Amino acid sequence: MSDVLSVQGLSVTVRDKTLVQDVDLTVGPGERVGLIGESGSGKSLTALSVIGLLPEDVHAAGSVRLAGVSHELIGADERRMSRVRGLQLAMVFQEPMTALNPTMRVGDQVAEAMLIHRTVPGRRSARLAATELLDRVGLAGAMKTYPHQLSGGQRQRIVVALALANDPALLICDEPTTALDVTVQAMILDLIMQGVAARESALLFITHDLAVVATICQRVLVMYGGRVVEAGPVGEVFTRPRHRYTQGLLAASDLESADARLPTIPGNVPAAGQFPSGCVFRTRCAHATELCAEVPPWEGTPAHGFACHHPAPAMEPTHA
Amino acid sequence: MRRLNPSLVVGAVIVGLIVLTALVSFVWTPYDATLVDPAIRLAKPSWSHWLGTDKFGRDVLSQLMVGSRTTLFVGLVAVGVAAVIGVPVGILAAMSRRWASEVIMRSNDLLLAFPALLLAIMFGAVFGASTLTAMVAIGIATVPSFARVIRSGALQVMRTEYVLAARAAGRTPFPIALRHVLPNVTSLITVQASVSFAIAVLAEAALSFLGYGTPPPTPSWGRMLQESQEFLFSAPRLAVFPGVAIAIAVLGFNLLGDGLRDRFDPKLEDRR
Amino acid sequence: MILRLVERTAVLLVSLAVASVLVFGFMAVLPGDPARVALGVNASDEAVAQLRQQFGLDRSLATQYVDWLGGLLQGDFGTSYVSKVAIGPQIADRFQVTLWLVVTAMIVALVLAAPAGTVMAARHRRISGLALSALSQLGVAVPAFLAGILLIMVFAVKLGWLPANGWTPPAEDPGMFLKQLVLPALSLGLVQGAVLTRYVRSAVLDVLREDYLRTARAKGLRPFPALWRHGLRNAAVPVVTVLGLQLATLLIGAVVVERVFVIPGLGSLLLDGVSNRDLLLVQDVVMVLVVAVLVVNFLVDLLYVALDPRLRVSR
Repeated sequence: MSDVLSVQGLSVTVRDKTLVQDVDLTVGPGERVGLIGESGSGKSLTALSVIGLLPEDVHAAGSVRLAGVSHELIGADERRMSRVRGLQLAMVFQEPMTALNPTMRVGDQVAEAMLIHRTVPGRRSARLAATELLDRVGLAGAMKTYPHQLSGGQRQRIVVALALANDPALLICDEPTTALDVTVQAMILDLIMQGVAARESALLFITHDLAVVATICQRVLVMYGGRVVEAGPVGEVFTRPRHRYTQGLLAASDLESADARLPTIPGNVPAAGQFPSGCVFRTRCAHATELCAEVPPWEGTPAHGFACHHPAPAMEPTHA
Repeated sequence: MRRLNPSLVVGAVIVGLIVLTALVSFVWTPYDATLVDPAIRLAKPSWSHWLGTDKFGRDVLSQLMVGSRTTLFVGLVAVGVAAVIGVPVGILAAMSRRWASEVIMRSNDLLLAFPALLLAIMFGAVFGASTLTAMVAIGIATVPSFARVIRSGALQVMRTEYVLAARAAGRTPFPIALRHVLPNVTSLITVQASVSFAIAVLAEAALSFLGYGTPPPTPSWGRMLQESQEFLFSAPRLAVFPGVAIAIAVLGFNLLGDGLRDRFDPKLEDRR
Repeated sequence: MILRLVERTAVLLVSLAVASVLVFGFMAVLPGDPARVALGVNASDEAVAQLRQQFGLDRSLATQYVDWLGGLLQGDFGTSYVSKVAIGPQIADRFQVTLWLVVTAMIVALVLAAPAGTVMAARHRRISGLALSALSQLGVAVPAFLAGILLIMVFAVKLGWLPANGWTPPAEDPGMFLKQLVLPALSLGLVQGAVLTRYVRSAVLDVLREDYLRTARAKGLRPFPALWRHGLRNAAVPVVTVLGLQLATLLIGAVVVERVFVIPGLGSLLLDGVSNRDLLLVQDVVMVLVVAVLVVNFLVDLLYVALDPRLRVSR
């Protein structure tokens, strides 16, 4: 079966700075793929390039194709992109408190998602469908409320509902639970999982939370410095990381570690566009040598591999 | 790299030129601005009178130059009055208890119902129209906007950690206001002063136009406009010259204010 | 919501009361005696005393104030010390004229500012947006009376399309009324529109940066429809506040523009009152203007609540 989403050689630039470089990424039908990395790694920009909503002076190049859409998404004009957005391709954003229009009733905002693409015959049926959607996200009777009357978790459920309104082929979630209380996070994740399962939608899930990726995703891509440094099935990557960055990331967030002091990755994430040439991680990597001044080649298959000159041994356990 | 802010540059140049003109007019004008010469009434612009003469034969350029003094003087005093009252009121409102602050701001809002022109006409009715009543009225009418802006700035300063630290250390309000709040709102004061200056120039022109500003024979742009009205058919230039002067002055102070605001608070600037 | 209404109404009533004291008090501090002022320096002492008695000026200030305010509340504005004519009907008459002028000007300003400001915001990085921006900056710098003079020069003097001044009541000759209304309404409206444009621009710019606009785009709305459906009402909230203040400015701006176009509105009445030293008339007109401003601000506050559902929560 062909992929739902296929990203080839994506790069994102703002003026003279390159923020994302050479990103390849595929999501199969019904597949759930995680995109992890620290803030500034370029994961959100990657998602925004796919849906074509980058800020004004930020530009994407490369190729983004979506199954069922005959044209290239990068560089497509607004008229064509607007037909894809919300219909085949939907997105849930990080900040639920500001993602909804404060002066419009919640029900109208959900119904609008269907009316725009005429997936329902008229206003009345849109309203009915919206009521049902809200019901399914556990907010029966919220049709006539305004966003300010709802909590952050409730608002995020609305956002999920309107993203799923037209049964998109691909749902992109950009840190959908980061802004929420821990107690609410699980509920939102559950909702997203159920939603994509019921619609057989594919999921691209962006987060910095490894535990979330482990529970939700089948496959994961690790980003650092605007590049994908490692990719593979979640089980493989999380138990036997090969890239030194992935290794550090896992060690730093190992919740089961008995040691009270968590190991950290030395140094800080460089500012956007300030990453070193060659291997982007070499300035913070304990294993870096002169060789790392060259961009490491991709080892393995596109679906499972890494880009590191000095990878962790294949059978080494996660941490000593 | 920081790009040069065009509003700031253009505004500063305009304001600088007006100040320069006013200064030059103290030592030199082509003619005595109040010199009446019936022989050359309503003369067209020529080499001897660059901008022509008015209905009394007075040199228009000289009047414009001396008029810039009136404009700047009225603006300066009015903005001074507004700042001297508005800044303490704004800081007081920010630092005082809720109900006190509420009372101050409500009174402030009430004062907004008396715009500069209305206040100046009332002053004129009671005390007789003069430059002084105009300046004071414009100044008082500008207090509310000053107080409002300073209050919101001061409120932000009050929430900063150094003020909290100072309060925790037991400093009394007055030293805090003087040492922490005031220095941190100076940029706001500068911006507001520039914007208020523009408003004062407009108000002065309107008042002189109505005959409630600077009394004759002291030249004033607004009165030049008013006197030109009977010659709109025969000598429209008499209206155009002071009109352009007023518009340029207001533009200059507005641009200066905008430019300063962008300079002090780059977050507000939409990088054009 | 009801709490807010009650609160606002209370604030309005207190403001009105304080304003009336201020206006009365201000006129009362006048150096000299209003009766003598009205009659002139050469009037005999008997005549002055008689006038004082006739208009109750010999009573205490408090009594005079209560009497004045009580009259106002019943629609009785008193009788002029100078012309001995009832003031109320004059004000009613003149107020109508000013209202025509102000309302038309407001419409001109809105029709101009809403699209211009939106375009300026949406294209704020492009030449067209910058050009409009510069134009509005220029418009802000031109006072209404100057705009009036320039308009007269172009449309009345040079082109002869419209009358240079004058006023005809609409009932008398609707055609002439409209012709004479155009230039004064434009001079007030264009300038006010330039000011308003800048507020619309910044309000729309703020909205364009909002997350919910991105959500709207993610739903499949194109940029302009997204702004129209989701941005308009949100951008209207700050603009409406400014509208209230602008109406105050317009009312006062009308005073000067009425002078330019020789229009018998409230402004001319006020200025005539001042030059005739007709203090009660001045006091009444000022009070009417202040009441108008305060009431407009009150209404704006209610409109604000209607626009922004977040304000409907009772505190």
